[in-house]
Amino acid sequence: MSELFVGTIWPLFELVLLTLLIVVPLLLAVAYLTYAERKIIAAMQLRQGPMFVGPYGLLQPLADGLKLLFKETVIPTRANKGVFVAAPIVTFVLALVGWAVIPFGPGLVLADINVGVLYLFAVSSLGVYGIVMAGWASNSRYAFLGALRSSAQMVSYEIAIGLVIISVLISAGSLNLSEIVEAQARHGWYVLWHFPMFMIFLVSILAETNRHPFDLPEDEASLVTGYNVEYSSMAFALFFLGEYANMILMSAICSILFLGGWLPPLDIAPFTWIPGPVWFALKISAILFVYIWARATLPRYRYDQLMRLGWKVFLPAALLWIVVTSGAMVALDLLPK
Amino acid sequence: MSETTIRTFSVNFGPQHPAAHGVLRLVLEMDGEVVERADPHIGLLHRGTEKLIEYRPYLQNIGYFDRLDYVSMMCQEHSYVLAVEKLLGITPPIRAQYIRVLFCEITRILNHLLNITTMALDIGAMTPLLWGFEQREKLMEFYEAVSGARMHANYFRFGGVAKDMPAGLEERIAEWCDQFMPFMDDLETLLTENRIFKQRTVDIGVVSAEDALAWGFSGPMLRASGIAWDLRKAQPYEVYDRMDFDIPVGRHGDCYDRYLVRMWEMRESVKIIRQCLEQMPEGPVRLPNHKVTPPPRAEMKRSMEALIHHFKLYTEGIHVPKGEVYVATENPKGEFGVYLVSDGTNRPYRCKIRSPGYAHLQALEKMAKGHQLADTVAIIGSLDIVFGEIDR
Repeated sequence: MSELFVGTIWPLFELVLLTLLIVVPLLLAVAYLTYAERKIIAAMQLRQGPMFVGPYGLLQPLADGLKLLFKETVIPTRANKGVFVAAPIVTFVLALVGWAVIPFGPGLVLADINVGVLYLFAVSSLGVYGIVMAGWASNSRYAFLGALRSSAQMVSYEIAIGLVIISVLISAGSLNLSEIVEAQARHGWYVLWHFPMFMIFLVSILAETNRHPFDLPEDEASLVTGYNVEYSSMAFALFFLGEYANMILMSAICSILFLGGWLPPLDIAPFTWIPGPVWFALKISAILFVYIWARATLPRYRYDQLMRLGWKVFLPAALLWIVVTSGAMVALDLLPK
Repeated sequence: MSETTIRTFSVNFGPQHPAAHGVLRLVLEMDGEVVERADPHIGLLHRGTEKLIEYRPYLQNIGYFDRLDYVSMMCQEHSYVLAVEKLLGITPPIRAQYIRVLFCEITRILNHLLNITTMALDIGAMTPLLWGFEQREKLMEFYEAVSGARMHANYFRFGGVAKDMPAGLEERIAEWCDQFMPFMDDLETLLTENRIFKQRTVDIGVVSAEDALAWGFSGPMLRASGIAWDLRKAQPYEVYDRMDFDIPVGRHGDCYDRYLVRMWEMRESVKIIRQCLEQMPEGPVRLPNHKVTPPPRAEMKRSMEALIHHFKLYTEGIHVPKGEVYVATENPKGEFGVYLVSDGTNRPYRCKIRSPGYAHLQALEKMAKGHQLADTVAIIGSLDIVFGEIDR
């Protein structure tokens, strides 16, 4: 009996506990990311933003969540019910599972696997399925067009992201995310060495998460809201949470690959006092600010222009950079052993 | 291999759609993302204005003109009031003419701000709308100051305007002008040289000069296609001939040119507003002809004749001599014309309204064909349509 407890039940319990330890703060972060987004955009647009629910409107995200929770779930008659219900769940779950391999600090990681980068890549590629399923199952033309756009867009930017990551991998010599961060402690942050790739990555993650100026799948002006037009209540909320959790995930990946993850900017006294996870959170916030900033400032790309940017600009540039990086590393004998 | 036919699928764009600018119902035949056919359906906001006008005394009809194109209110009152004045053979006092021009230009800015910022919103830029609406709010306060209403002003009257401007308004408008130019520069930083905005608008929905004439375009739509035709210059009315202003003309007739023309027109409007404020003389704002304008209330206490005039004016209304007239003014959206037939009674026999948006909308099919769905949205934005005037 005690063997069963020590051998099976306790590790399972521990795993659930650790998972909750990641998921609960993450969902809280998602809720307050929406608040931050509304407040920041409001400030840029000379408005107040939410300010009535709680002090400074701080309870607004909770109120919104509650409202959606208590609404009726409407499933269109002509929709494919199974797929229609599964789609938001897929999106939401995929946005969460990626966090399993993200290191929050030295050793602070749920699954320290050696193919962390590949795992993240796989998870983010699967993300498109939620949207395609939603668009197809809704049996609505707007949703269908949204899903079509989304799949094309996510696939093309996935490739750009993949090539960008290769440059980083060549420099770090590992697919393990913790090791990539530690390599940056020795080499300096990769944003310094791979600055053009950092910019491409930053733009590509906007496209990958369907955010402005690449939010074509939910293009309000021409597709009403695109793939999620038929969704209501909690099903809609899951899409919404998934999108924002994805934003945070992508920002986390960006800060791990280019901004030294949990490392302080300089390895000297006042900076090292602050614990690693705080630095990590600050870097994620900085990238999220860019997301929001872009949303307030930029118009939206058109479908074909977005494709052109992905295939004709980012792809060749990333490929060229791989050649340059590897060439330089071989020539100067810098290859990681 | 068996032969397959590609079936286009149709999308019902509107009447409840965020980019339909009101109640446009657009049936789109789509081949994937490409628009094969765009079929605008109108009539969802039809209120029978022209018929209603035939059943009201002349004075009561001014309110209908506010409600046609509900973002260029006073400009439409202007056409109607000018038409009636032409039939009556009267000219308002000079101060009233200045006030009218002043408020027509304020209205032009109101309209262009709404159009440009909503077009930007359709293209995906959110912030210009919010910035623009702050300025519109200030302009609406000027409307409120003279007429008591923020939108449906009912301010222009036969033989003048309803009331003189309240004390201090001229200074407030001058102050507004000073802060508006920096605002325009800010707005331009968001749009004019923005690469995404240019990619979305340059060479989209091109209309050549010949086509623009053939389709009956007017206003900024015509000028963007390269034809310098502006009724304020071509057939000056009121005091426009005393004003010094330029007419911006585009070269390519695409969405971007239409945007630029409107942006520039706003700057020219501010120039006109400044000149109006400088040149405006003191004096009456209504003709003393009490067959047309109501007598002052104080006079009614003393004069029997004034009392009779007042009674006749508000029970029967004015009698307009027999005849017919067409008066067009340069509205923010284009040539807004009123064709008025009077049979000598106190009500119009017929009132035909020429709305610029109607002519612009009919060219949508031509402009949108072969473009993508997202371009159609940009084109609708650049047409500057408001359904109040198209459906009437």
